[in-house]
Amino acid sequence: MRQVAIYGKGGIGKSTTTQNLTAGLGEMGNKIMIVGCDPKADSTRLVLGGLAQQTVLDTLREEGEDIELDLVMKYGFANIKCVESGGPEPGVGCAGRGIITSIGLLERLGAYDDDLDYVFYDVLGDVVCGGFAMPIREGKAQEIYIVASGEMMALYAANNISKGIQKYAKTGGVRLGGIICNSRKVDGEAELVEAFAKELGSQMIHFVPRDNMVQRAEIHKKTVIDFEPECGQADEYRALAQKIQNNQLFVIPKPLTQERLEELLMEHGILDL
Amino acid sequence: MKVKELVLNQYSGRVYKNRKDHIIEVEEGIDPVQPITANTRALPGIMTNRGCCYAGCKGVVLGPVKDVLTITHGPIGCGFYSWGTRRNKANVESGENFIQYCFSTDMQESDIVFGGEKKLRQAIDEAMSMFSPKGIFICSTCPVGLIGDDIHAVAAEAEEKYGITCVAFSCEGYKGVSQSGGHHIANNGLMRRVIGTGDKEINSKFKVNLLGEYNIGGDGWETERILKRIGYDVVSIFTGDGSFEDISNAHKADLNLVMCHRSINYIAEMMHTKYGTDWLKVNFIGIESTVQTLRDIAKFFDDPELYARTEEVIADELASIEEERAYYRTKLSGKTAALYVGGSRAHHYQSLLADFGVSTVLAGYEFAHRDDYEGRQVLDGLKEDADSKNIESITVEADPEKYRVFLTKERYEKLKNEIPLESYNGMIRDMKTGSYVVDDLNHFETEEFVRLLEPDIFFSGVKDKYVVQKAGVLSKQLHSYDYSGPYSGFNGSIIFARDLVMGLYTPAWNYVTPPWKNQSTLQAALAAGGEM
Repeated sequence: MRQVAIYGKGGIGKSTTTQNLTAGLGEMGNKIMIVGCDPKADSTRLVLGGLAQQTVLDTLREEGEDIELDLVMKYGFANIKCVESGGPEPGVGCAGRGIITSIGLLERLGAYDDDLDYVFYDVLGDVVCGGFAMPIREGKAQEIYIVASGEMMALYAANNISKGIQKYAKTGGVRLGGIICNSRKVDGEAELVEAFAKELGSQMIHFVPRDNMVQRAEIHKKTVIDFEPECGQADEYRALAQKIQNNQLFVIPKPLTQERLEELLMEHGILDL
Repeated sequence: MKVKELVLNQYSGRVYKNRKDHIIEVEEGIDPVQPITANTRALPGIMTNRGCCYAGCKGVVLGPVKDVLTITHGPIGCGFYSWGTRRNKANVESGENFIQYCFSTDMQESDIVFGGEKKLRQAIDEAMSMFSPKGIFICSTCPVGLIGDDIHAVAAEAEEKYGITCVAFSCEGYKGVSQSGGHHIANNGLMRRVIGTGDKEINSKFKVNLLGEYNIGGDGWETERILKRIGYDVVSIFTGDGSFEDISNAHKADLNLVMCHRSINYIAEMMHTKYGTDWLKVNFIGIESTVQTLRDIAKFFDDPELYARTEEVIADELASIEEERAYYRTKLSGKTAALYVGGSRAHHYQSLLADFGVSTVLAGYEFAHRDDYEGRQVLDGLKEDADSKNIESITVEADPEKYRVFLTKERYEKLKNEIPLESYNGMIRDMKTGSYVVDDLNHFETEEFVRLLEPDIFFSGVKDKYVVQKAGVLSKQLHSYDYSGPYSGFNGSIIFARDLVMGLYTPAWNYVTPPWKNQSTLQAALAAGGEM
């Protein structure tokens, strides 16, 4: 079982990328589970075709201790198992603690069965606190992919996430598998992200071009592969899936200093704009 | 080698450097007194006896208020372990007494994840329907601060909904370096929301409040008895056997009598600024110190009848304990004591011990600040560190309607030189050359000092009591009085002396034969393969 966590700056397209990517992996015959680690609980709607998913934490709250796995696990496209951790409404409680609780509960409920080829964690935003680092702690996810674009803040966030990985790499064995560039059509984007990934000691594993097809599929509550299997964008996600399936480059990232990161952005012309 | 060095030399360099400034060997006659480091973080690895901010706020200051229902917002442990441990006694006359209860929201994991405000609201609703108190205090524990429950908003809602006073205290345990921060937070809340809100007509002549008296073992009652006997009207007690209404009318008093300087000096100072109420440092622990205190109070009011009555009562009280006092003195004279308690008690009890001829060889505070050791004289030069700044400090202004002064300016200036008015000289000044003062005395140092100084009695709390007792030294808890008390005033001093004599003259240790007395401590096997 490969356990993979997807991180990246808020709004960069983590959930969209994760679901389209898992659709690709699923199409290849892999058995997959997605664990949404976002209190908004919207990490699996494309795979589930918009099906409202009861979250683990809501269930815990309502049912008390007596929870059945069926209540919180639904099957979607390519028989992908979907679980949403859930969490508090904005501004209340502790979402980080929620993720810790939820993953612990899933483990005890036996969600991680041996048949699975992949478990994907779709984690909200940055590694802001211990809770959001949960998927990379205690030997849970061994592989991390960071979704980024050629935009400055996306790379800042990616660099910060790398610091988090570096911290846990020593104890938990987690490794960075690469940067997924989710294109924002910024000038020189592929080169910049590629250079950034190299500096980290990693790779840009795939460049996902920007395509309105993604939005169209989303409106229909579907992944691209499900919605328009013949289109070019579907092939891009298949390519990404293939690269991840075959990926051999797992590293402890070497985060850039603030100065070096800015230098890099300068070299690629971003700060001249 | 000096005892201080013998203890310190066993530390690593880093610990030595830190701890050496927390320990002083007293030299009399130095002015200003020797400086000591206090109110700083305990070192990692040190077994400190200190408590947390919540313990100071709920456990010490707010808990004893009998008719306010105090809810601990947090997991159950904090509530349970602050339930009744301090033996704050309270009278049930009014019918409202929540002292024996422990109210907690018993937060569970899902309350942490989804926020605990809902549960707190529910707790308030239940409290209102079952007990309908006139006031509710909410004390938050660590996780509440981490997840950001807005307890102040919940309190405001409750006030609107039920027309009661509901005050929230953000006293999360991790705030500050000890329980001291919690005292301050409790003081701020009482000052902001309770004191000055009462409008009871009080027409008596000599009105006083008793501040920093938590009625442990009934101390407050014994003190009150003496004060009333002389003719004082005790408007309120902060907070032992204290009631919400009394505290709300505290501003009607003419004088604040401050017992525990550390836990309540903030209110004393703020009331002085806001209502013009003077405060006097008093000590009702000890016979001579009670006499001195009663005379000081009489001086403040400067009334011929009051002077006469004071002397009358002193004479009568002294006469009634004379015989027992003399007897116990013969039994206790020449003994030595070490004290490690509180932020004022280690000072107060030295007077009582001296009454019976017991000398103090070591005294330390858990959570005191430098002014408690060295006197308020050091306050001006005190630098606030980040830990102190983390605790809210409020400033008050003179209340345009309720501000009044009791003393004329001339009288005030004159009295300043005669009685401890708005002043406290600290513990060190009352200690003898060669005795030790230790701040934040830890378990290692406790054992070492007991071994090196060989006190006959060690006074502290439950955390170290049994370590000392097992070393064969009489140990008394000054946090709870081990089920005894009161120890204050004239009668209390006799109870105290009786307890000490009972402890010192009980031949319990003679009945115990420790294993090393009659068993070999070395074990060996025969080298040639013989059997043991």
